[in-house]
Amino acid sequence: MFRNNYDNDSVTFSPQGRIFQVEYAAEAVKQGSVVNPKPAQRRRTLVLPKKLFPIDEHVGIAIAGLTSDARVLSNFMKQQCLGHRLTYGRSMPVRTLVDLIGSKAQINTQHYGKRPYGVGLLIAGVDEHGPHLFEFQPSGMTEEMIAFAIGARSQMARTYLEKHLDKFADCSRDELIRHGLRALKESLVQDRELTIDNTSVGVVGIKEQGEDGAAAKIEPFRVYDGQDVAEWIESVSDERGAEGEGMEVDS
Amino acid sequence: MDHRPQAWGRPRDDVFGPYDPSYLQTTGPKTATQQPIVTGTSVIAIKFKDGVVMAADNLASYGSLARFTDVKRLHPFLGHTIVGFGGDVSDMQYLTRHLNELAIDEAYDHEAASAQSGGGSHLNAANLHKYLSKLMYRRRNSFDPLWNAILVAGFDSQGKPFLGSVDLRGTAFTSPSLATGFGAMLAQPIMRKYAATEGDTENMTRDEAVRVVKECMKVLFYRDARSLDRYSLAVVTKDGVELSEDEQLEQQSWAFAERIRGYGTQTVPSLSGSETISALLALYP
Repeated sequence: MFRNNYDNDSVTFSPQGRIFQVEYAAEAVKQGSVVNPKPAQRRRTLVLPKKLFPIDEHVGIAIAGLTSDARVLSNFMKQQCLGHRLTYGRSMPVRTLVDLIGSKAQINTQHYGKRPYGVGLLIAGVDEHGPHLFEFQPSGMTEEMIAFAIGARSQMARTYLEKHLDKFADCSRDELIRHGLRALKESLVQDRELTIDNTSVGVVGIKEQGEDGAAAKIEPFRVYDGQDVAEWIESVSDERGAEGEGMEVDS
Repeated sequence: MDHRPQAWGRPRDDVFGPYDPSYLQTTGPKTATQQPIVTGTSVIAIKFKDGVVMAADNLASYGSLARFTDVKRLHPFLGHTIVGFGGDVSDMQYLTRHLNELAIDEAYDHEAASAQSGGGSHLNAANLHKYLSKLMYRRRNSFDPLWNAILVAGFDSQGKPFLGSVDLRGTAFTSPSLATGFGAMLAQPIMRKYAATEGDTENMTRDEAVRVVKECMKVLFYRDARSLDRYSLAVVTKDGVELSEDEQLEQQSWAFAERIRGYGTQTVPSLSGSETISALLALYP
């Protein structure tokens, strides 16, 4: 029987210097369905099926991987945000929050008897410095992104986002959501379509001036699903004819 | 020779007698501050339309002894906030070190983000005031209070001037003008004459606010026996904190002191009956 001797726990390095348990955890993220957010100058948007959690007024997350681990992390994040609000009277800076779960997850890769979280997160939020999007991996690595996708078949979505990277900064709210949905469409297996049953959109951002009379206010994180996303889905499926043709020529 | 590890580095028993381990004892009654020892007196502050002015003298008293005459009791925090401490000086030193750590953490957290967005606000005065109130209240609940009365001045998240107070019990509130200690009796009424409401502060200029604060510092030096004529003056505006730590009270006039009777070393002529009444009427017309 061929067996890997170095993947029993997260504190044993292989002779090549790898920690297999951490790599397996990263693998679990790839089993999760795709989540793909793109941020513009004023907004971060998360687009994905049924995997969105609000954390606080100004932060929301999207998950790919083990749902139960995601709940552990999201409960932790909720408590930290609430605690920060109580002690400082302000919303927690997004980077501070992300660093907290980064450190928490890293500890799990370094102690005997613990296991890494089997979940990847995308964290979208706004703070005094504007909108942010962070990627979180089970290894504890966190990175700020302009646009990103994680989960199964997410590479196609990332390719789309990369191609349109320059446009996001000046996008309107609806345009940005449509970009997200188009990217999500790229990641679908053949013959599958985006429907109101498999798509949710999470939006958090800074209100456009004039929307509320007053200058720059926060648009709290909100999850849109069901009929709320129907119009957006329809608007990207309309484009199918023109864009679909071009794609077929490529393949 | 005693080779036990417990004996290493200790005086030899055969030379010095048995070792007294009570020096190593870390247990014992829990100690907490029961009273302040070296103290600073009043801190006063008043808001004006573009910011806040704060002042405190440079004296740290040991009881009624003017022990240290160059103690700075106003401390800037992250550029746009000033914190003034009254009460125990060692607790002030503990708090300023703690706030310094907090400022460093906050600066690191925001370093990357500020580089991207071209600066931006950190923990502001309102946030710090809230934090200090939680800190003080927690210490009071463990019956080990930090024996201070603190004023926090700067700006809130809306960018409006902010002035708040916290004391050793964690009591926290804000006001257009604030004073701790003796200043609450002597300076607060004077400041209220100029800025009773938030609306009044919006009409107050910086020069006017500085003048009122300087006037109050003079009254405090006249009537507070634990005060000094050297003081620190801080002005917080959108441009930051301007802190001058070596101000001197000017144009003092002690003429009123001659009319004070009734205590101290002066001889009071013994009066009786109608003489007393007419003497009192002369003093307090």
